[in-house]
Amino acid sequence: MIELENVAYSYGGGELLSNVSLSIQPGSFHFLTGPSGSGKTTFLKMLYGELIATAGHVRLGGIDTRSMSRDQIALTRRSIGMVPQDTQFLDHLRLVENISLPLLVSGRDTGSAQTNLDDLLRWVGLTNHANAYPPELSGGERQRAALARAVIMSPSVILADEPTGNVDWEMSQRLLTLLVELNRLGKTILIATHDLTLIRAAKAQVQARVLRIAERRLHLAGADL
Amino acid sequence: MKQLPKQITRFIAGDAQADRIVPPTGYTAELTIFAAAVMAFLAIFSLALSSSMGRLADRWSDELAQSLTVRISAPAEQMDAQTSAALNVLNTTPGIASARAFTDEEQQALLAPWFGANVQIDALPIPRLIEVIEDDGSLDINGLRLRLQAEAPGAQVDDHARWRGPLVASANRLRLVGWMAILLIALTTAAIITLAANAALAANRQVIFVLRQVGARDAYIAMAFVRRFTLRALTGSAIGTALAVIFMIVLPSGAAGNGLLTDFGFTGGGWLLAVLLPFFVAGVAFSATNAAARRMLRSLT
Repeated sequence: MIELENVAYSYGGGELLSNVSLSIQPGSFHFLTGPSGSGKTTFLKMLYGELIATAGHVRLGGIDTRSMSRDQIALTRRSIGMVPQDTQFLDHLRLVENISLPLLVSGRDTGSAQTNLDDLLRWVGLTNHANAYPPELSGGERQRAALARAVIMSPSVILADEPTGNVDWEMSQRLLTLLVELNRLGKTILIATHDLTLIRAAKAQVQARVLRIAERRLHLAGADL
Repeated sequence: MKQLPKQITRFIAGDAQADRIVPPTGYTAELTIFAAAVMAFLAIFSLALSSSMGRLADRWSDELAQSLTVRISAPAEQMDAQTSAALNVLNTTPGIASARAFTDEEQQALLAPWFGANVQIDALPIPRLIEVIEDDGSLDINGLRLRLQAEAPGAQVDDHARWRGPLVASANRLRLVGWMAILLIALTTAAIITLAANAALAANRQVIFVLRQVGARDAYIAMAFVRRFTLRALTGSAIGTALAVIFMIVLPSGAAGNGLLTDFGFTGGGWLLAVLLPFFVAGVAFSATNAAARRMLRSLT
C-alpha cells in the first residue's frame, strides 16, 4: 500500500505540491491528471523514491521514504514498475536485454526467465523487435518496451507517466488495454496523464479513481470525467 | 576471510551479461591500459633500484666491517722490519683471521689509475699496506693500535669506519629514493585511474540513471565500473611488468666487478615483487575506482 500524509514538495524556493494526503489500495486503478507543470511527474517520482518529500510522509509498504537508505530505495523500486514519460534505455543493448535489465541487476537468472520474457514480448507485441536496438524503435514501441521492462519483475504497483504522450490514438488504446489487463491481474495502477479521452476509455473498462492536481493540491476529480 | 578467495575469483571471472551494462569506452580503455603499463614499467625499475641498493649497502657494510687496513709509513731502511713486526703483532692478536702484506705488484696495481701501469714503486715514498681480515668480531681495535704503536711505530690502523659509514648511508638513501618513487608511482596511478573512472562515470550518467530506475543498488553500479577499470589496470600493468623484466634481462651488464649495473635487478625472492606488482596495481585501481564511483553515485540524486 502507498500512503501520503500531508506531503509537500518544494523546489527552487517555490512549493510545487502542498498538503497532499492519499491512500492507494492494492489492486486499485488511479489516474492522476492536471495541467502541464502542475506536479504530476514530481508526484510519481515521490512514489518511486526518486524524489523525497520536503514535508509530510510518503510511505511505501509502511516505510517512510525519508528514512530509507539508497539500498532500500533500490529494493523498493523492484516492487514498483515505472513507465517514465521520457523512456530511457541502454542504447548499446538489444531490446530483449533492456527489458530483462531489472532481472539482471537484481541478480536473477535471466536464462531461466526466458519463457516469461518471450511471453512478455508477445504480450506487448514486440517479438519481432527483440534483437533491435532502442534507437531503432518508434515512440509507441519504446513505450511498450518500457511497460514490459516495468512489469518483468512482477511488481505489485505500476506507475506510468504520460504513457500515451508520444503515441497515436490506436497505440494509446493498446497501451491502456495492457494496463487494464495488469490491473485485472491484481496490480495497482497509477497513470499520470492529461489525456482525458484515455481516462474516459479506461473508465469504460475498469473502476478507476481520478485525481487532479490543481493549485498545488490534490483533488478528487468530478463526475464530468 | 574464507570467502575472500572466492570473491576475488568471482570478481575476476565476472558476469558476461553484467559486464555489458556499461558501454565500451573506446580509446579511454586503451589509455588506461597504456598508463598502467607505463607505471608498472617504471615501478619495476624503481623496485630493482631499491632492491639493488639494499644489497649493495648490505654487502659494503658486511665486507668492510670485517676487514681493516694497516698502513706502515717508515723510512725505506726500516720498512721491511716494521712490516714484519706489524705482521707478527697482527698474527698473534685474537680476533684476526689473517693478515697479509700487499706485494709490490698489488701496490703498483692500486696506483696504476693515477700514475700509470709502469710506475716504479721503489722510487716513490709510499707506505706498505697490510690487509687484515677479522674472524669473529672480537677484535679489540684500541688494544691493537697500542700494540702496533709499541712494535711498529710507523703502523697506522684504518678500520674503514670513516668512509664506510657515508657509503652505506648513500646506498640506503638510494634505496629509500627507490621506495619513494614506487609510492609516487602508486599515487600517480591512482590519480590517473580516478580521472579516467570519473570521466567514464560522467559520460555514463544515462546508464546510471536507467540502472537506478530498474532497481540497481549503488554497489552493483559501482562494481560494473570498478571491475572494468581493475581488469584494465591488471592487463596494462602485466604488460608493463613483462616488458620491464625483458628489458632488465637484456640490459647491458657493464663492466665486471662491483659496478651498479652488474648488480642491477632482482635476485631470488626479489622476483616475487615483480610477479606481485600487477596485482598491486590492480588493487590500487580497484580502490581508486571504487572511491570515485561511490563519490559520484552519492552526488547523483
